[in-house]
Amino acid sequence: MVYNYFPGCTLKEKAQDLDTWGRRCAEVLGVPLTEIPEWQCCGGVYPLSKDEIAIRLSSVRALIYARDNGGTLVTLCSACHNVLKQTNFDIADDENFSLKVNNYIASDGQEYHGETKVLHYLELLRDVVGFDAVKKAVKNPLTGRKIGAYYGCLLLRPGRKMAMDNPENPRIMEDLLSAIGATPVIYAQRNECCGGYLTLEDSDLPEKRVKRILANAKAQGAEMLITACPLCFYNLKKYAEGTGVEIRYLTDVLAEALGVKEG
Amino acid sequence: MASNYTVTPEEILAISGVNPRRCMKCGRCTATCPAFAEMEYHPHQFVAMVESGRIGELMNSRSIYRCLSCMACIERCPRQVDPARLIEAVRLAVERKQGGNHLIPDQVPERLEPDMPQQLLVSAYRKYTK
Ligand code: SF4
Ligand code: SF4
Repeated sequence: MVYNYFPGCTLKEKAQDLDTWGRRCAEVLGVPLTEIPEWQCCGGVYPLSKDEIAIRLSSVRALIYARDNGGTLVTLCSACHNVLKQTNFDIADDENFSLKVNNYIASDGQEYHGETKVLHYLELLRDVVGFDAVKKAVKNPLTGRKIGAYYGCLLLRPGRKMAMDNPENPRIMEDLLSAIGATPVIYAQRNECCGGYLTLEDSDLPEKRVKRILANAKAQGAEMLITACPLCFYNLKKYAEGTGVEIRYLTDVLAEALGVKEG
Repeated sequence: MASNYTVTPEEILAISGVNPRRCMKCGRCTATCPAFAEMEYHPHQFVAMVESGRIGELMNSRSIYRCLSCMACIERCPRQVDPARLIEAVRLAVERKQGGNHLIPDQVPERLEPDMPQQLLVSAYRKYTK
């Protein structure tokens, strides 16, 4: 089985930890990731409009490549995953959108109807590897560590299209935390926005949001938050100093537990 | 700066694919919106104002640049109205006219910080420029 992998631009640059440890752990768990050739940036945010087609084509091309090479496309970055999965869903679900996309790609002799299975790395762990197998592979269990999963908005929403977990009461990251021996901390703000891209223009709102998230997580006993989103990571980290809450990528913590990386 | 330029509700509906008539005015979108305190028009008001044709006011509002596209209102609207789609459509109507970009490339370098992920820049450009 080939697991095609779409790293995305951030994982090649600022979020190399997310990428490197993700790949290393996947190897150890028997599901090595194969980076697809010549992928292009997903655009970071999925358009909320109906009439923007051309900017979705880079995702469509990655999906076509994956369909023709085993049928599965894995992503790790929450943003890339959100864009690729929504694109894939809409092509299969929205006739008008599908028609327009297919008109564009017909000039390359291509046709696409959403055949690829898009998986987030967490789904790969849960549904292909299995959390029991992850648990068996743990060398350094994170016993006694109280860790909160931070989902943010992109990983699970819209729930109808992401179809990965209950968007209001998720457990996929908590189950992973349990598998690696940690104690998952549930807190209300785990699936509320960090302030996202507004940070570039005006950091007031992101600052308020992050402080609220951190205070909530800390009040519930978390000493660490894990995320799969480089933008959440950036925003959270910016205001985490001095709070006693550490911010890490989920693959970084997984690598520690699997003994792939020194803790 | 305020502008008299406006588009018709039909154009907004065509860009967004939203049907504001489905709204039952429960206010849930606004109650769940993390940016609500920064907006002069709140998500449920967008829906009502598009329906009644008050597009010009929305186009001149700061609210269109405060939406985080977090999709909370999309997830939690009981009627699948998706207010964020209307906000996006109004913002696009502004950005698509000449000189309508909200983010000026010259302003970006001074805002950069060493750890900023590419994802941040890519997303902000997507949202604030055409
Ligand atoms: S998508 Fe925008 S309007 Fe909707 S809840 Fe999030 S910030 Fe508010
Ligand atoms: S949640 Fe939906 S139905 Fe309720 S006010 Fe907002 S748009 Fe209307």
